[in-house]
Amino acid sequence: MDTAASYNDKVVRQFSIMVVVWGIVGMLVGVIIAAQLIWPQLNFDLPLLTYGRLRPLHTNAVIFAFGGSALFATAYYVVQRTCHVRLAFGKLAAFTFWGWQLVIVLAAITLPLGITQSKEYAELEWPIDLLITVVWVAYAIVFFGTIAKRRVKHIYVANWFYGAFIITVAVLHIFNNLAVPVSLLKSYSIYTGIVDGMMQWWYGHNAVGFFLTAGFLGMMYYFVPKQAGRPIYSYRLSVVHFWSLIAIYMWAGPHHLHYTSLPDWAQTLGMVFSIVLLAPSWGGMINGIMTLSGAWHKLRSDPILKFMIVALSFYGMSTFEGPMMSIKTVNALSHYTNWTIGHVHSGALGWVAMMTVGSIYSLLPRLYNREAMYSTRLIDVHFWTSTIGVVLYAVSMWIAGITEGLMWRAVNDDGTLTYSFVESLKAVEPYHYMRLLGGLVFFSGMIIMAYNVWKTVSDKKPVPVAVLEPA
Amino acid sequence: MRHEQIEKSLNLMIVLIIVAISIGGLVEIIPLMFSSDATEPAENIEPYSPLRLAGRDVYVREGCYNCHSQMIRPFRSETERYGPFTTAGETVYDRPFQFGSKRTGPDLARVGGRYSDEWQRLHLTDPRALVPESNMPGYPWLLENTVDPELVTAKLKALQWLGDPYTDDQIAGAAAAVEGRTEMDALVAYLQGLGTNRRDRR
Repeated sequence: MDTAASYNDKVVRQFSIMVVVWGIVGMLVGVIIAAQLIWPQLNFDLPLLTYGRLRPLHTNAVIFAFGGSALFATAYYVVQRTCHVRLAFGKLAAFTFWGWQLVIVLAAITLPLGITQSKEYAELEWPIDLLITVVWVAYAIVFFGTIAKRRVKHIYVANWFYGAFIITVAVLHIFNNLAVPVSLLKSYSIYTGIVDGMMQWWYGHNAVGFFLTAGFLGMMYYFVPKQAGRPIYSYRLSVVHFWSLIAIYMWAGPHHLHYTSLPDWAQTLGMVFSIVLLAPSWGGMINGIMTLSGAWHKLRSDPILKFMIVALSFYGMSTFEGPMMSIKTVNALSHYTNWTIGHVHSGALGWVAMMTVGSIYSLLPRLYNREAMYSTRLIDVHFWTSTIGVVLYAVSMWIAGITEGLMWRAVNDDGTLTYSFVESLKAVEPYHYMRLLGGLVFFSGMIIMAYNVWKTVSDKKPVPVAVLEPA
Repeated sequence: MRHEQIEKSLNLMIVLIIVAISIGGLVEIIPLMFSSDATEPAENIEPYSPLRLAGRDVYVREGCYNCHSQMIRPFRSETERYGPFTTAGETVYDRPFQFGSKRTGPDLARVGGRYSDEWQRLHLTDPRALVPESNMPGYPWLLENTVDPELVTAKLKALQWLGDPYTDDQIAGAAAAVEGRTEMDALVAYLQGLGTNRRDRR
């Protein structure tokens, strides 16, 4: 077959397989650091294995390696199918795969060595940041280059979200990481103190808002209608919630700095916009869930659809919880506690991971010329381990967080503090165990997925898929 | 304008996305950069000494911020536990800031002088020897690693270039100030100076 007449699915396959690999690696590190919080002996007094160095490895691996590979894979797949053309710049697309994997490997080497900028989710030092920038620009060229040569007039809604995610992450990454190098391995931020803090959380919150939300909404807007066999519930809702989501998210960063020495006006702006953000977030959730109208019966037999619907439910739950936690009085209790950790994982496991897993299960058979995954039964088992795991995780961290918040602020009648700090640590230990169990259960699902994926792809030779003529 | 026009034009869509995402950051960040409250040092706040700077970079390298905040909020329960709340002027030489986002351990913004140097040294080497309930890792290797004087000089030069008010004399004396000191010395010096700018702290 003429290559111009077929889709470039090779790069999609490569990224898709790495989703599973990096998912397992990232979540395994998560399980290890959860255990270290219970048994500090597991730090082994070894620099490479201490919690403070492994925790950034965990966050970077799940966000950028697992989540990032899923976004590359699905964006490349979706943009070709919805534009009815082969991916632009094949060699550049291949470069984004190898470049991104190199970034991940460099992160896995440098973070345990303690080479870090210490800005959360932006820990990687300046040479790696430069490499990320180059790969990201290549990603943008491939993605937008493909849209530019589309054979349909309209740009499909999923591509709006992927496009906004690609542009915004570039802007965030560049401005937050501006620094002056001292050596190859060390740099100082050009910002200081509270300005640096504001810059970081403008970045940090929108790493969530664009990397982990807008990008994954792009995934949702293609794979949910596809899997349900139904059109998107409301075109009008998608227009309204797209523009409001991307504009409002960018204001919400200061809620990470409530009651800090950030000026009050900035904190208040952050709080107000965070609360408003509930509306566009739920617009996306409603549009996704209502797409199942007339197809609800499919949930009985299709565990992939179950993954997607539960992912959307967790998206709705987290985007309700987030605005609530950004209210200053609630934040006074929740900030610095395990509640935040629980909130992050409702989003990262419940929404991001479950949407990714559902989409990959939907995608892989098509990429490997099969009717379906090797075992639908195992997808169902994976679904239940994921759901039970994330519920255990979120519930344990809610209890732990509220316990900590209340103990830290408790005072006796004479005005003295009721509890020492270490008493609060002791009080949440049972929930550390419960969280570890939740993490292990969720992780076990990824192992099941790896087996299922291996059985699906190992004996199949992919065949090129012809580019579909526009309707 | 009908939305149809936007979704038929890639260029228009890209431009409008850039406009939509730019406003929030511009409004919230740019004014801060020109606010004296946010950028001028509080009373008694000086750039880090060479040894403390080296210690701060050990703090960053070991990822202490993953479990310790350095930001006391203006609540009675916090000022009672940790001391006076943190002001922006106390953080103007922090590159990057170390506010943290999670307290698995206590806030450290005013830990300076609260324990003896010897306590800090023992605690950092083997936390459970002093606090049996603690889940903090030990950092025994800090006792053996020494601070690199040349690197510290390069660091001060970079910070001076960025505008931190180091004098040329301070930079010339930096190497001698850290010569032969361990990373443990540096980290303890860093911790012992945290928050000591205020006299009214407890």
